[in-house]
Amino acid sequence: MLNIMEVHETNQMIEQEKLDVRTITMGISLVDCADESLEQTCANIYDKIVLYAKNLVATGESIERDFGIPIVNKRITVTPISLVGASCCKTSEDFVQIAHALDRAAKEVGVDLIGGYSALVSKSMTNAEELLIRSLPQALSETDIVCSSVNVGSTRTGIDMDAVNMLGGIIKDIAWNTRDIDSYGCVKFVAFCNAPDDNPFMAGGFHGVTEGDAVINVGVSGPGVVSRALDEAVGHDFEFLCETIKRTAFKITRVGQLVAQEASNRLGIPFGIIDLSLAPTPAPGDSVGEVLEKIGLAQVGAPGTTAALAMLNDQVKKGGIMASSYVGGLSGAFIPVSEDKNMIEAAKSGCLTIEKLEAMTCVCSVGLDMIAIPGDTSAATISGMIADEAAIGMINQKTTAVRIIPVVGKGVGEMANFGGLMGYAPIMPVNNASCEAFVSRGGRIPAPIHSFKN
Amino acid sequence: MNKAIITVVGQDTVGIIARVCTYLSDHTINVLDISQTIIDGFFNMMMIVDYTKSDVSFEKIVENLDTLGEDIGVRIRCQREEIFTKMHRV
Repeated sequence: MLNIMEVHETNQMIEQEKLDVRTITMGISLVDCADESLEQTCANIYDKIVLYAKNLVATGESIERDFGIPIVNKRITVTPISLVGASCCKTSEDFVQIAHALDRAAKEVGVDLIGGYSALVSKSMTNAEELLIRSLPQALSETDIVCSSVNVGSTRTGIDMDAVNMLGGIIKDIAWNTRDIDSYGCVKFVAFCNAPDDNPFMAGGFHGVTEGDAVINVGVSGPGVVSRALDEAVGHDFEFLCETIKRTAFKITRVGQLVAQEASNRLGIPFGIIDLSLAPTPAPGDSVGEVLEKIGLAQVGAPGTTAALAMLNDQVKKGGIMASSYVGGLSGAFIPVSEDKNMIEAAKSGCLTIEKLEAMTCVCSVGLDMIAIPGDTSAATISGMIADEAAIGMINQKTTAVRIIPVVGKGVGEMANFGGLMGYAPIMPVNNASCEAFVSRGGRIPAPIHSFKN
Repeated sequence: MNKAIITVVGQDTVGIIARVCTYLSDHTINVLDISQTIIDGFFNMMMIVDYTKSDVSFEKIVENLDTLGEDIGVRIRCQREEIFTKMHRV
């Protein structure tokens, strides 16, 4: 039978260490919503989302009450819209209409965000995919809670450099269109390499084409819990440290597994995966940077940061894998600068630079995330940064991503404020040496030699 | 059997257990186990209860105990047992 110390430990994790279920995300396939008429497609999309997700928020809230665990977000992902809209969208404006339909449906059911205004162009683009990408500056500035992603490369296909080249300008345009709110539109867009089909986190979540009609994926977080656990590991060796992180990750993931199964049963929709990601928030004590500092760094960004993060990420995955048979998504440690108090401080002090962050993305679960850069950074430089990240992902067979915000009207040292969980960040300096001739060559970077495993 | 864990945390005072047990008894919720200890200077009590025959919904029990806690000046939580067993038992 349970003992009082175990019960106390769980409740302490929830109350003091900010353990939460970060998101219950319902994936919905919209493949059957496609129609030759744009109006009909939008109507089909709206109706299907509302039909499937009408009870999502209420179910999340009742689970929250029954188990006494906060469920911070309820979200929806859908099939990449470039596929759904391919037969009816003849212009970028047509795609924007679908973005509005998604926004309306998501607001109707009361979710926080909806992801999947996406295109998968890891080898090359169809006309529809190109139109969707061109629609992003308008779509992301006219809608409120629609998130978008573009997968520009993969280990199996190489990198679509035409898309990478285009995205630099697109990101600048999104920033410009939302310049009144610190270029917030860019917060809702991420460029991926090796994007997973079942990611419940935003902005990069979409319902992959390999998925079924609907699925429940759950994202759990808990950097605060890991951080607290590491207080016990002070002065011990790596074996003890790793064991502590693994045990903690195991416990957190089990909670996610429970919530996912409950949500799946109550909604009558199959359970997909648990994603255990240490996802920080700007609140004190909810920081991945703090975890790295407790591992032994004076400040995140110091030499040793990449090694510490590699170890942390790996132990989180190992603990998670043991706790659930279906661990997926991104699972590991996120390093979004603006959402992490200790990383914000390190970026401010100059200890954490974009180049160090790039190195860290080789071993973390995603990539360059929530980084504010000067608004006058050139489109080619942004494309170059995306290409670098995509190359890291492609060669290392891992997911990488870029979510950077060129904040219009602001320069190095100034602060950008994105509000709420998205946090705030100092504008970080970027290496502006030109890569124009490189990113604009046209075509694609071939898949690496180790992708040929057939 | 539907088990829940009730925890009470706060300053020790006369009659905490009595008042919680009175509520449980009024609503035919059976107490299976009680333990208490002091953690970090605070009174901690844990009850394992079976609410299968309860005459009010689980949601209501959570809400009523929360109100009772405010009345006594302690924090009372009622959570379904699975969150603890899943986390602490392989």
